[in-house]
Order: sequence, then structure tokens, then C-alpha cells
Amino acid sequence: MLRWIVLCLVCFVWPAHAELSIEITGAGERQTPVSLVRFAGDPLLAQSLLEVVGNDLSRTGLFKLIDPAGKLPHSVSEVRTAEWAGVETLLLGTIQELDGEQLAVRFSLFDVVRNAELMAQVVTAKRTHVRAIAHRIADMVYERMTGSPGVFSTRIIYVNRDQGVYRLVVSDSDGYGEQSLLTSKEPIMSPSWSPDGRQIAYVSFERQRAMVYVQSLDSAQRRLLADFPGSNSAPAWTPDGKQLAMVLTRDGSSNLYLMGSQGQGLRRLTQGYAIDTEPTFTADGKSLLFTSDRGGSPQIYRLTLADESVQRLTFASGSAFSPRISPEGKSFVYSLYKEGVFYIAVQDFETGQMQILTTGGWEKKPSFAPNGKMILFATEVAGRGILSTVSSDGRVKQKMVAQRGDIREPMWGPFLK
Amino acid sequence: MKKLILAIFLANFLVACASNKPKEEVVAPATTPTSTTTSSQADAQAAADAQAAAAEAAAAAAADELAALKSKNSVHFPFDVDAVQDGDRETILMHARYLATNPKVVVRVEGNADERGSSEYNLALGQRRALNTKRALVLGGANAMQVETISYGEEKPRCTDHNEACWWQNRRADINYDAQ
Repeated sequence: MLRWIVLCLVCFVWPAHAELSIEITGAGERQTPVSLVRFAGDPLLAQSLLEVVGNDLSRTGLFKLIDPAGKLPHSVSEVRTAEWAGVETLLLGTIQELDGEQLAVRFSLFDVVRNAELMAQVVTAKRTHVRAIAHRIADMVYERMTGSPGVFSTRIIYVNRDQGVYRLVVSDSDGYGEQSLLTSKEPIMSPSWSPDGRQIAYVSFERQRAMVYVQSLDSAQRRLLADFPGSNSAPAWTPDGKQLAMVLTRDGSSNLYLMGSQGQGLRRLTQGYAIDTEPTFTADGKSLLFTSDRGGSPQIYRLTLADESVQRLTFASGSAFSPRISPEGKSFVYSLYKEGVFYIAVQDFETGQMQILTTGGWEKKPSFAPNGKMILFATEVAGRGILSTVSSDGRVKQKMVAQRGDIREPMWGPFLK
Repeated sequence: MKKLILAIFLANFLVACASNKPKEEVVAPATTPTSTTTSSQADAQAAADAQAAAAEAAAAAAADELAALKSKNSVHFPFDVDAVQDGDRETILMHARYLATNPKVVVRVEGNADERGSSEYNLALGQRRALNTKRALVLGGANAMQVETISYGEEKPRCTDHNEACWWQNRRADINYDAQ
């Protein structure tokens, strides 16, 4: 039976419009019992910090948070292991306020069973970045305990559609800290991260038809990349960030093209009347997956760039859309439409075996977290578009409900270097 | 349909006549500075009035016709289909004939799709619906240069419920006369 944990988060640091409720269902095969002890220092800061770390860890479904029940060790020497029956790991630490607005947060991860310190680190950042500090700590704790890098410090991008106003939004991976990159009365579609996480390519209708723009996250500068006659859409970066694949209808039907990141060297990749769209590159940049209806119904295909040969990958009854390849390259995720319902499905490249990860709904546009452990997608609850995630084994699901508008077209960003 | 074409012809003819009218009006006061109304002046005035009335009627007829076209400017498609349906043939012909008779008019055909599919797939599907609608208009007599195409995919739904009645409304191409 699924356990329901409902966490309503109200954040103190960010403005009220960032309010969000997060609902988690399911749990990992094994949950490690962890106690997060409130850090020494400013109690309000300590509270906010621990809340964020706790929510990050909970969302993975891999940890069971145990209330410290008033015990307050702040260093390893203060831990009496006999007091922590049923707890395997402790997180403890101190927040030190340096001059100016700087904070130095010192923390230790302690293995109660072996009575040994697992790690000790200091994170320094501005006081206003307490959430960022917390995400960084959660990342390190997650990596130390699971062997995979954490993704709590990464960001996501999506489109918010609210009463005819479209916003391109970047936020933390937990949905907080939203920033609007673009607001428009015309549709915005298909935001796509550059591999270094510093630029977003997207489709905007602000000049009355679909054109591809590239916008820098650092400087907010943007440029028009593709405005050929017809639609210009579905931008996807090559892994080296030097080129983009996209869909143009300049020659009639929707075909795939490749061009340099400054718009140079246009090369047509597919021919014919069928719809070819939603390109996404493999990690080696030598091939791409895309959606095509050339076989009668929309399915996922692979195109090898060297010889432009095409191979069909999905044979599902129903239709398959929006492929994205897992970071380790062994599988790909897509949106499966079957008997009136959209599911998130994952398929192994080698075996061809397909697994449906979700229970179904208006589930679209999946993308992997950069550690491959979670999949972000758009779904709908009570008639509103929201963000949702599912662990890549399908066990843990979460829904993130923002206060306003419909959330569409999400994509999880890369690790920040 | 013959009546319609005749009406269009007459409307154009009358509009063309009406466009000569200002010249006469400029000349008349200059040659006859007197305020007395002569019989020839009265005739000219009556003719001008009749012409103005006819032009007005023609303009009204043209406006009515355009209004009629605009009120029936959508064609609809079955799920994941981009071919123009037989049921919409009359609508297409009506617009095609208007475009043929009014070669300066430019329309924008806007393709749309329901939400079943990815947004990018639907953008492509909407594009094909717009292109096929354009082809039908051209076959009906419009000049290809008079018809632009654009797709909104599923981005601008007319109706947002998840049911067939709603999806049907969204699976359409609109012939837009006001896009310029």
C-alpha cells in the first residue's frame, strides 16, 4: 500500500508567490532512517535550513526522517549513540554568522550504527541563499549515502500559462525560487537547456509565428536563432553545445535540421511528408531520437547522423512522444498515449523492454534529472497543469502544485559546473 | 453561387464608379458660384445622391459578404488527421471564390490541434492542417500568394475541457481575414 506523506511548505526567504505544496507518494525499496538535528546558531535560519534538507531527502523516497525528540547534539563528540535506537544516520552542525551577510554552515554526517563520522564539510554563502546552502548539504548527504550525485542544487525550466499570459520560468528543482525569463501574450514552447546550463533555447510566438530564440541565464540577453518561413521549433542542443537540431517547415512538412549555435551551416536531416519532430541527442552526439508519424502513428525513432539512417524504436500500441535519453545512456523515457490516457514510460535500448512508470493522466514531456534517478514531467490535477516527478524505478512519485496558472513543457537542467 | 459572383461583380463595379465621384464635386462649385439651384444642377445632385447610395449599398453588401465569410471561417478535422473533410467543401469554396474575386485580399490560415499529442507534434499537425486548407483554397481558385499559413498547435485552445466536444472545436483551421 502506498503511504501518503503530505508536506505543505511555506518558505520564509522567498516571496509569497513562490508558495507551493508538494505531495509525495510511495517509498524506496529500503528507506534509511535518518535524523536531522537542528543546527546550532540562529534558530530561524536553522529551522529553514533543516526544512529544506528534510524535504529534499524525503522527495527521493530513500530516507525515513526520524524526529530527534528534543536531542540537540551539535558536534560528533556530543552524540551518545545509545540514545538513537532505530536511527542509522544523523545530520548535525552549526550555523556561524560571519561579518556582512555571510554564513558558514558546518555539518557532519554521523553513522550511529558504526559510531563513525561519515563526512564533515563547511558550506559558505550569503544569508539570503539559505535554500541554496540547504540544497548543497542535501546533495552531499545524498551522494555520501547513495553513491549517486544529488540533484537538489540543479534547476528546472518550464512554461507557466495563466489566463493568456505565458511566462518562461526557471526555478530550483523543488519548484522554489522561480524567476521569469520572459513574459508574453503569445505562446512559449519547448524550452531546452544548453549542456552547460547557461543558456535556454525556446520557441516563442511573439512575432506571430513559431521562432527559436536563445537566452542567456547569466545576462538575460537573448537572440533570435531561427526565423525561417513557417514554423521554427523543438530546439535541442548537441552535447558539445556547438550545434542545435530543430524542426523547420520552410520546405513544407515538419523536418529535422541541424545548425550551428549562431545559426550557421544549415543541414537538413530528414525528408518527406511525415511529421518529424522533438529531436534529442545521444550523449556521444552521433545520433538523435525523435518523434515521427512516418509509420502511421507517432512513434520514437533514432537517426544516425553519419549516414542519416533511421530506425524505429517504439512499437507500442497507441502513440509515443517526446523522447529523452537517460544520463547513463542505457534507456530513454517518453510519453505514451494509449486509450485516452498519457503515461510516462521508459524503454531499455538494448532489450527494447518497456516499463510504464506512472498511473496515467495528462502526463507529458518527461526529462531525466542529471543523475538519472528521477524523471520530471507535466501532468494535471483538478484541471490545472502541474509539475510532477517519478523515480526512475517508478516507486516514488511527487506532485508540485504552484499557486497560479498551468505549468507546461518542463525540462530538468544539467549539473552546474 | 452565381448570384454571389454577380453580387461581387456589381459591388466592385459600383465601388469603382463611386471612386470617380469626388472629382465632380470639386468641379461643380467652382463653375457655379451662385446659390440658386438650376434644374441641371438638381439632376446632377440627384445622380450623385443615387451614386452615393448605390456605393453605400455596395459597400454594405461587401461588408455583409465579408461578415458572412468571417462567421464561417473554420474547417474541422478528425483526431490526428490533416486532410480537409468533405463536409467543409462548401466553406472552402466560399472563401476560395471570394479570394479569386478579390485578388488583393490576403488571408492567414491558422492550424490548430487538440491536446492529445505532444505540443511539438501538435504544432506540426496544425501546420499540415493549415497547408492542406491552403491547398484546398488554391484548388478552389485562390492564388497561393493570397494565403499564408501558420500553426498554433495545441497552444491556443478554444475550449479546455478533456472531452470530444471540446477537442473537436480545437481540431480546426481558421481562415483569418484580420491577421494583416
